[in-house]
Amino acid sequence: MNRHEPREAPRRAASSPPPAFPLAFAALAVSAGVIWVAWAVLLHLHRVLLANGLEQRWMDGLLVGVGLLPLLLLIPVVRSFIYAAKARAALTGSDLAAARVQTAEAREWAQYAIGYAVATVLVFLGIQFLLANGGAVASTFFKLELIRSSFGLVLEAFWKNVWMFCVAEVFILIWGLIIAVARMIPGRAGQPIRFLAIVYTDAFRGLPTIISIYLIALGLPLANVPWVKDWSPEWLAILALTVSYGAYVAEVYRAGLDSIHPSQWSAARSLGLSFGQTLRFVIIPQAVRRIIPPLLNDFIALQKDTALVNVVGVIDGFNQAKIIASNRFNLSAVTTVALLFMLITIPQTRLVDRLLETEKRRIRA
Amino acid sequence: MSFLEIRNVHKHYGDIEVLRGTNLSVEQHQVVCLIGPSGCGKSTLLRCINGLETIQSGEICLDGDRISGPGVDLNALRREVGIVFQSFNLFPHMSVLHNVTLAPLQVLKMPRAEAEERAMTLLKRIGLEHKAKAFPDQLSGGQQQRVAIVRALAMGPRLLLLDEITSALDPELVSEVLNIVRDLAAEGMTMLLATHEMGFAKEVASKVCFLYQGVVHEEGPPEQIFGDPHEDRTRAFLSSIIEAGRL
Ligand SMILES: Nc1ncnc2c1ncn2[C@@H]1O[C@H](COP(=O)(O)OP(=O)(O)OP(=O)(O)O)[C@@H](O)[C@H]1O
Ligand SMILES: [Mg+2]
Repeated sequence: MNRHEPREAPRRAASSPPPAFPLAFAALAVSAGVIWVAWAVLLHLHRVLLANGLEQRWMDGLLVGVGLLPLLLLIPVVRSFIYAAKARAALTGSDLAAARVQTAEAREWAQYAIGYAVATVLVFLGIQFLLANGGAVASTFFKLELIRSSFGLVLEAFWKNVWMFCVAEVFILIWGLIIAVARMIPGRAGQPIRFLAIVYTDAFRGLPTIISIYLIALGLPLANVPWVKDWSPEWLAILALTVSYGAYVAEVYRAGLDSIHPSQWSAARSLGLSFGQTLRFVIIPQAVRRIIPPLLNDFIALQKDTALVNVVGVIDGFNQAKIIASNRFNLSAVTTVALLFMLITIPQTRLVDRLLETEKRRIRA
Repeated sequence: MSFLEIRNVHKHYGDIEVLRGTNLSVEQHQVVCLIGPSGCGKSTLLRCINGLETIQSGEICLDGDRISGPGVDLNALRREVGIVFQSFNLFPHMSVLHNVTLAPLQVLKMPRAEAEERAMTLLKRIGLEHKAKAFPDQLSGGQQQRVAIVRALAMGPRLLLLDEITSALDPELVSEVLNIVRDLAAEGMTMLLATHEMGFAKEVASKVCFLYQGVVHEEGPPEQIFGDPHEDRTRAFLSSIIEAGRL
């Protein structure tokens, strides 16, 4: 810069952009490496298929098709080189502004190629992992024949999970609200109730769900608790899940109700609305929108936790799959139930993200 | 005995003593303005009158009935005493009409047709009948405050408390809200209002009370308080207001 000439106004010299070619070459090298890895993995896969007598014409076609995909990485690489060349031309013509633009483009395309190359190589390494031990990994988890033959049984047992979490969710919604309102009851008369509600939520939020299920679903019949002792293990498990998740959901409700500005309470109470009317007409309707995303999150956790009921002997999807797995020394049925869980939870996870996104946009507006 | 009597009221939040023996009276059809520096307890006093805060000692009487302390039917009290706050008054998830009719429907158990008819009459008075179906976030701040006043009026209160209802508004919206208060004053509505709008207080008030550190330091007709304040503190407060260009 111009520090050596103190009289001059300090003015930054227009600097030439960083060179674009090194990054383009790096992108080329990375992409080439990834293509090599991909083809090596596909060759391996081909050999495993041959060894297992699964060789078929359409599979070869598929393999070649998949092998061509990594070649797409070369498109951004070529673009990067084109822009890098343009940048060099602009620089020799000493058009600095144009050189900067072209360089930025060249670097952007090179980075794009590298990003996709990394993702591609991870996918192919994953395939390679499944092929390890001559395909033993793959067949332990994904033995198609077993998945097909056990699917009906697993699906039927999985319905028990669905049924249990649907029933539990209804009870949890009600029970959680009761606890949340109990924690908010105003005045001195409400104090002991508030205290009990706090003890309850703290206790069950601190307790692992699996232990709650164990204690409630095994313990109540063991202790010969009247009425409850005759319940089926399914209903006892639902009771345990309700008691456990009710504590979480009560907190979700409470946070939602707390998030409503206190002036809304004042405004409603000052109009003569009672505590209950204020909750019902003013606070809850406003809180619902903020409650739904965290509530759904808790329900997703609950749905997954229905797999824990196998500890008390309920034949749910997971338990059924485990039985099949131990009979056949193969985990493919467990894979089935894992996929079923993902099938129902992933859409909900996406929905939660969408809701949170719209809520964020609404607040910013 | 006055319509509203506040006698020796004490109120503290934990260690903070906000009201320290406040005395104040409001006659029927009077408009009383509360002025005073920020934090002197204006909002607290109004909230105590409406039963939104409990007082520790002293008493508040409305039309001869004690309305403070244990055993008071707060929901009944709040039918008699309406309050409008600085902001966040309206229920954002309800239309204007629903905001206004909620309390008459749920608290007074008024038939829906009657409640809506009365609400529309009130909205017409403030020129907002065409906004009946709108939601609060579709209204300007001034319109929202006007609806909030109407919502309090829909309960037919005998006393209206207004807590700095214009101080969250853009200056050009203040007058439309004050016009309504002016109309109400002309109709003989009994009002107690905390305000920073000294010009307005001067114009509508029957009596001005200067609240300082939780006690009424000086009170009198507006000409006297603004023209010839007796107390040093009142004078200091008013001159700071004049400096700020608010009088
Ligand atoms: N809920 C509360 N908890 C604790 N302190 C409070 C609470 N509400 C008000 N205070 C305190 O009481 C004092 C009086 O508050 P108040 O809102 O009545 O003042 P104000 O005269 O209305 O002031 P402003 O003109 O700023 O509105 C303040 O010092 C405030 O910090
Ligand atoms: Mg205030």
